[in-house]
Amino acid sequence: MSATRAPAPPYRQRAVDLVRTGRSVPTLLRHLAVAVAVALVVLLVSYQLDSYRNFQLATVAAYLCATAGLTILTGLCGQLSLGHGALMATGAYTVALCQTAFFDRGVTSGAVLLLSLVAAVAVTVTVGLVVGVAAARLRGPYLAGLTLAVAVVVPALTVTFDGIFNGEQGLPVPVAPAPAGLGLYFPHERWQLWMAAGATLLCLVVLANLVRSRYGRLFRAVRDDEVAARLAGIHVARTQVIAFVVSAAGAGLGGALLAVLAQSVSPGAFGLNLSLFLLMAVVIGGLGRLAGAVWGAFLLVVLPDLTHSLTNLFTLSPATAQRLEGNLPLAIFGATLIVVMIAAPGGVQGQLSRLTRALRALRPAGRS
Amino acid sequence: MRTTERRGLAIATTLTLLLTLTACGSDDGPGSGEPVPGVTDTEIVVGTHMPLTGPASAGYSKIAPATKAYFDYVNANGGVHGRKITYKVMDDGYNPATTQQVVRQLVLQDKVFAVLNGLGTPTHTGVLDFLHTNRVPDLFVASGSRNWDQPDRYPNTFGFNPDYTVEGKILANHVKTTLPGRKVCFLGQDDDFGQDALAGVEKVLGTDGVVARETYVTSNTNVAPQIGAFKAAGCEVVILATVPGFTALSVGTAARLGFRPQWVVSNVGADHPTLARQLGDAAGLLEGMVGLNYLPMQGDTDNPWIQLFTKVNNEHNGGAEFDGNAVYGMAVGYLFVQVLLAAGKDLTRESLVEAVRKGGYQGPGVAPLRFSATDHSGYGGGRLSRVSGGKQTYFGPTYETDEADGPVNEYTAPPVSPPANGVPNA
Repeated sequence: MSATRAPAPPYRQRAVDLVRTGRSVPTLLRHLAVAVAVALVVLLVSYQLDSYRNFQLATVAAYLCATAGLTILTGLCGQLSLGHGALMATGAYTVALCQTAFFDRGVTSGAVLLLSLVAAVAVTVTVGLVVGVAAARLRGPYLAGLTLAVAVVVPALTVTFDGIFNGEQGLPVPVAPAPAGLGLYFPHERWQLWMAAGATLLCLVVLANLVRSRYGRLFRAVRDDEVAARLAGIHVARTQVIAFVVSAAGAGLGGALLAVLAQSVSPGAFGLNLSLFLLMAVVIGGLGRLAGAVWGAFLLVVLPDLTHSLTNLFTLSPATAQRLEGNLPLAIFGATLIVVMIAAPGGVQGQLSRLTRALRALRPAGRS
Repeated sequence: MRTTERRGLAIATTLTLLLTLTACGSDDGPGSGEPVPGVTDTEIVVGTHMPLTGPASAGYSKIAPATKAYFDYVNANGGVHGRKITYKVMDDGYNPATTQQVVRQLVLQDKVFAVLNGLGTPTHTGVLDFLHTNRVPDLFVASGSRNWDQPDRYPNTFGFNPDYTVEGKILANHVKTTLPGRKVCFLGQDDDFGQDALAGVEKVLGTDGVVARETYVTSNTNVAPQIGAFKAAGCEVVILATVPGFTALSVGTAARLGFRPQWVVSNVGADHPTLARQLGDAAGLLEGMVGLNYLPMQGDTDNPWIQLFTKVNNEHNGGAEFDGNAVYGMAVGYLFVQVLLAAGKDLTRESLVEAVRKGGYQGPGVAPLRFSATDHSGYGGGRLSRVSGGKQTYFGPTYETDEADGPVNEYTAPPVSPPANGVPNA
């Protein structure tokens, strides 16, 4: 079922919903089943891949939390945010400060990480609430401006209050090693993938359910026409704040996971570039669909790696290679964005669902 | 109903298969005959992270090519115990977050034997734990932070530069003895680099001895507020714990503000050719700048080490401009080859670290290398240099001291000469 942007979707949407609920299992159960299946695939894959790929996959999972949150906000509720990198930084710094506090007091068990992650989400939600309340009053370029300011200010705060955040050097994130029960030589990266994938799947199940819930419909109504939504009795500002808070929670968890994976946090990881990359990734992946967020998260991790191998392929003069190294990912990202916008405005996922729809249309003919 | 059942059965079967496969997956334990990562009979793969781009790349981007050139020279002379050295250089742009990524790539994907000369205090600090848990030798970090000297916590990490506290003490000692009574101010990088250096300066001059302290961050290239504060405080001597780009910025900004103090600069930010290139036509502003160094001065063409390194630079580095960074890079390469030789033919990560711990290495440096089981810091002192007539030369004796409250002493051991073919012999 796709969140169509067509002018008169409500009737069709409801019709589809009725048909679905009539014949299949409840949404929550369906989502849980998919999550369990994905978890098993990840488990299998984690044994087949080498450590570095495991680490990369864990990074994808971390980014996925953030891109999924942004998908809810931008794709579903129609609000723009250029500040999600900063929200990720909030989550990351919270987890760093919590973990350090725990370890300084001699609490080094792996379970405290859960507490730290919850704290990270809670703090980010608070920040998201403040930004969201302001954002709900703004439209278009003003909203972009506000969130842009957040993206620039938050990393700068870490330098201004370097007593707490230790400036550009950043903070360490002490993390307990994999449980001893897994064996002495259990690769740390595989454990990291398990942690990140577990948290991300939980986050995705919650978000997917939200999309299918009353709130999902409210978000879509507000996105498609605010006036119509207001006439239908929807509190537009409140809905927008809720969307912002939900997406902030995703970003906070994503940032916290990134910090746990890197075992350190520094402002350089959460600059303005990250915020822009996140938005680009969501758009390229396919705005408005959680599956699109998955493609986006993959792109965020694969692209820099790809360009690095690309520059290594050619024997360039050191100077040219250096110049390409930093800038090529940006250029490729930009070019991809333009191509996707022209050729497939629905992003990767939109293109895929068009393909499957075309295949489905062919199938009955083939069978009979 | 039937489709649901069939679907359920299909899913159940798939899951069972997946689980079985997973159970069969192997845990990689360390088998007894497991090969050493990055080492074969013919090759040793070593990696590093360097700021090839970004705010700290000025000058520093030339270090890794110089080290690589020296390795190529050694390879052309038969390698070490028959093995050629491959040096993988990754750009981290002096951004700690990128360092995390590239070092993981080096260790997990490229499977390097060791990380050599990773550059930067904020950048390298972030990967210490990762390298430690992966048991990767982390040799000769290109920074003078005291973080590298923690044998109990990071038994495989060793520094190279004199630590910034030692350096701060020697620089401050110079100020105290030759420029007594002047108002001294301090500008440092806003991390352990700046803090360690300031600690050293204050050990000698006392906390009251520094009139104004300022810090800078590499992501902000405007130092006018800091320099303005120094001018307002009436500073006569400014001690800089800065990377080359920010030494040049400070000197240039001061000139614009009509402020001409005596500059006293940490070794990592005092390479004259690098600064002169940055300042361009304004290179004359560097006249009289006092710096510290512990390796042969690039312009000293009579020095046998400089002759050797110039030759290597011409043969294997495309005749790149020969500055302090080139000397530094080659000195690192020379020391690494010495250690590899000492580690013996049966090269493992353990034997390499053990070889460094044994210490007793002598190379191009004018100051002593201090490696031992309990000391993982690098050079233990240095000699002061001054720019005069557009040329940077040493003056006075070589000093050595410790990072605690010990006095600053003269170091008198004579320098050694390089071996005839330029490759250390066991």
